[in-house]
Amino acid sequence: MGLENTLFESLPDVVTVRLDALVNWARKSSLWPATFGLACCAIEMMNTVSARNDLSRFGAETFRASPRQADVMIVSGRVARKMAPVLRRIYDQMPEPKWVISMGACATSGGVFDNYAIVQGVDKIVPVDIYIPGCPPRPEMLVHAIMMLQDKIMKESVKDRRDTFEAESRVSRVPGTLPVTEGTALEREMEARVENEDASQPYSVPSRHEKRRSS
Amino acid sequence: MTEKLHAYVDSLRSKNADWVIEVIEAHGEVSAVVPREAIVETCRFLKNEQQFDMLADLCGADRGPEEDPRFVVNYHLFSTKHYNRLRLKVRLSEDDPHVATVTGIWKTANWHERETFDLLGIIFDGHPDLRRILLPSDFDGHALRKDYPLRGYEPYSLN
Repeated sequence: MGLENTLFESLPDVVTVRLDALVNWARKSSLWPATFGLACCAIEMMNTVSARNDLSRFGAETFRASPRQADVMIVSGRVARKMAPVLRRIYDQMPEPKWVISMGACATSGGVFDNYAIVQGVDKIVPVDIYIPGCPPRPEMLVHAIMMLQDKIMKESVKDRRDTFEAESRVSRVPGTLPVTEGTALEREMEARVENEDASQPYSVPSRHEKRRSS
Repeated sequence: MTEKLHAYVDSLRSKNADWVIEVIEAHGEVSAVVPREAIVETCRFLKNEQQFDMLADLCGADRGPEEDPRFVVNYHLFSTKHYNRLRLKVRLSEDDPHVATVTGIWKTANWHERETFDLLGIIFDGHPDLRRILLPSDFDGHALRKDYPLRGYEPYSLN
C-alpha cells in the first residue's frame, strides 16, 4: 500500500509518521506551565497539581518559576492594571511555542470587577487559547482545559509556530528592552509599521526602575 | 470615659487657643478639628508634650464635590505610654487641597501621605517623595474621589 509498505518491508526498524503529528505529540505530552498565581483561582490551580487531582497524569505538572522554561501561562485570577505590563513581559519572555489559558471569570472578562483597577479580560494583553468559566473554576475544569489545549496542539502545524517575530509582542514591547540584533526583513517591516501607527500603547510607559536601567 | 481625651484637647487649647476649631465626640472617641496652618505645630506638641508617639493612621476623606470644604485629612494618634487615642482633622477646600507634611514628626507619615495623594489628590507640602504608591504611575485622576467614574477615564479604561 504505497510508500509506507515498501519502506516497512525493506527497513523494518523505520517508522514513518507525519512530522506535525510527532512534534505536536511531543509538545502536548510535556506542557510546562509558568507559575503565575494572581488571585483566588491560583488556589484551585495549586489544588490541580496536588495529590487529589494530580495534573501529572496528563503531563503538565512541571510548574516553572522562570517563564523562560515554561510554555503554558495559566492566568489564574484578576489582572490589575498595574500587573498588566508585568504579565505581558512574562509572556514575552516565554519561548515559542507558547499557549495561554485564561482561568476564571475575572481573567476572561473582568468578572465582577468592572472598574478602573482591573483589566477587562486578559485577552486585551496576551492572545488566549483556552478560556475557563467559573468563579473560581474547579480543578477538574482546569484539567479539562489542559486536555482541550492538548487537543488543540494536536491540530497545529509546525509551520504555524515558527520562532519568529510576532506583531503583537512588538506592539506592546516593554521600553528599555531593545532588540539585540537588527532582525529579519519581516521584523524591520513590522517595526516600521508600528512606528507609523498612531494606536495608543497603554502599557508602554516605562516604570521608574526601567528608566534607570536603560539610561 | 472621654474626660482624659478632652483633657488632651484642653491642653492644646491652653497652649494656643487658635489650634482647636471644633471638638467632635462620637462612640467614645474624640476628634479635634485643627486649622490647616497649625497641623504641624499641633502634632509636634502632642508628640513631645503629651506622649502621642505613634501615628496609627493618616487618611483622607472626600465628602463629595458639592460640599465645601470638600476634603478632610484625618490623623489618628496613639500613645504607647498611656494607651490613649486621639484624632485630628484638617478640612481642605477643593480649590486648594494643600496641607503641610508631618513626615518630619513621624516617619510613617511618608507612605500614608503618598496614599492619600494617590487616591484623593491632596498635596502634602514639603513631602520628600510625593508620588503615586498604589495606582500605576501613568494613572489619570484620583480614584477615590466621589466624582471619579467607576470605569476610569478614556483611553485608560480600555473598555
